[in-house]
Amino acid sequence: MNQLQNFSKGFFKENPVFVLLLGMCPTLGVTSSAINGLGMGLATTFVLVMSNVVISAVKNFIPAKVKIPSFIVIIASLVTVVELVMQAYLPALYKSLGIFIPLIVVNCIVLGRAEAFASKNTVLTSTMDGLGMGLGFSMALTMLGSAREFLGSGRLFGITIFPEDYGMLLFVLAPGAFIVLGYLIALIRRLRKA
Amino acid sequence: MAQKESTFFSMTATLFVVTFVAAGILGFIHDLTKDDIARAKLKAQKEAIESVLPKFDSLGNSYKVLPQDGVDSLVFFPAYDTNHQLVGTAVKTYTKKGFSGLFSVMAGLAPDGTITGYEILEHKETPGLGAKMVKWFKNASKPKQNIIGKNPGTTKFQVSKDGGDVDAITASTITSRAFLDAIVRAYKTYEGSQQHQEATKNQPKEGGQS
Repeated sequence: MNQLQNFSKGFFKENPVFVLLLGMCPTLGVTSSAINGLGMGLATTFVLVMSNVVISAVKNFIPAKVKIPSFIVIIASLVTVVELVMQAYLPALYKSLGIFIPLIVVNCIVLGRAEAFASKNTVLTSTMDGLGMGLGFSMALTMLGSAREFLGSGRLFGITIFPEDYGMLLFVLAPGAFIVLGYLIALIRRLRKA
Repeated sequence: MAQKESTFFSMTATLFVVTFVAAGILGFIHDLTKDDIARAKLKAQKEAIESVLPKFDSLGNSYKVLPQDGVDSLVFFPAYDTNHQLVGTAVKTYTKKGFSGLFSVMAGLAPDGTITGYEILEHKETPGLGAKMVKWFKNASKPKQNIIGKNPGTTKFQVSKDGGDVDAITASTITSRAFLDAIVRAYKTYEGSQQHQEATKNQPKEGGQS
């Protein structure tokens, strides 16, 4: 598999949300609007790339039996660094994304890619994998967020498309997340078969 | 692949090194960003105070007052004009009755207790529902839901469903109740505070106040 394939597989063939069904908790929780989905996706992408780089670099020094605890420490440290730096230098962004950042630690995509990919591959390959998976995750979250925001409150990225009173409240709430996700997975499966 | 063998020593040593390095990096980053974070927070607070109060010249020393029913105290930021006359007080208030727990509000109060503005500082209310409170209660074109320019002493600060004078956010009565709880808490605590009594003493009483 070449590097381009390592990058592009995250979008469609192995999309973490639509195909691997990883990281469902943040997926369903934060996608009440398109911008929230995109923000969470990009923050996760950053951590994912960083953790893949670090873990693929140190993989040979870590005994197999303490792999998971070591990875968790590395990921949690990276997330905390991101949180502190964002809070200090990008307070506006932190204000809108703040609550999602600690969630990245428990996002199983990050640990999943660390364990399944970065611990077996080189630094460059792992970087491409992290980037592809992260952007694929961002794409999925943005799609889900857009659909829910549009159906639920008649807006898209905060711009009003139709009056809010006609929106279906259900889609902003938790059940709407499951419904939209189900339809999107079905759609992606259909497209992959075609 | 040349993976290290899992012996007691190698596992202990690895975990020790990993956590030691992680702790070192976090400590370093914390030290590096500490001052900037404090500055950013202060700046955000100052902007919130400016947006809820009429134009003022200088801020007095902030002070804390414990509300009658609460455990956490409210922070008061008195603001003065160029003649050192009180133009208003920004109160950092809170409620624990939100749909998703605690949220904090910066409320601006004129010397007589009239609400001059508010700004939601932190909340976890549902986007598209309760989160609408950020703008809902300051919509000047809808007098029934607007609280700016009203005095909790003369207007009943409860949602209309509970017999009050303020229209709740559609489908978010719990958030609306909580929001008004935060505002009323600020007002009541302010009324009981020293500064308010001084302010009303210095002001000539206007006739016909109910």
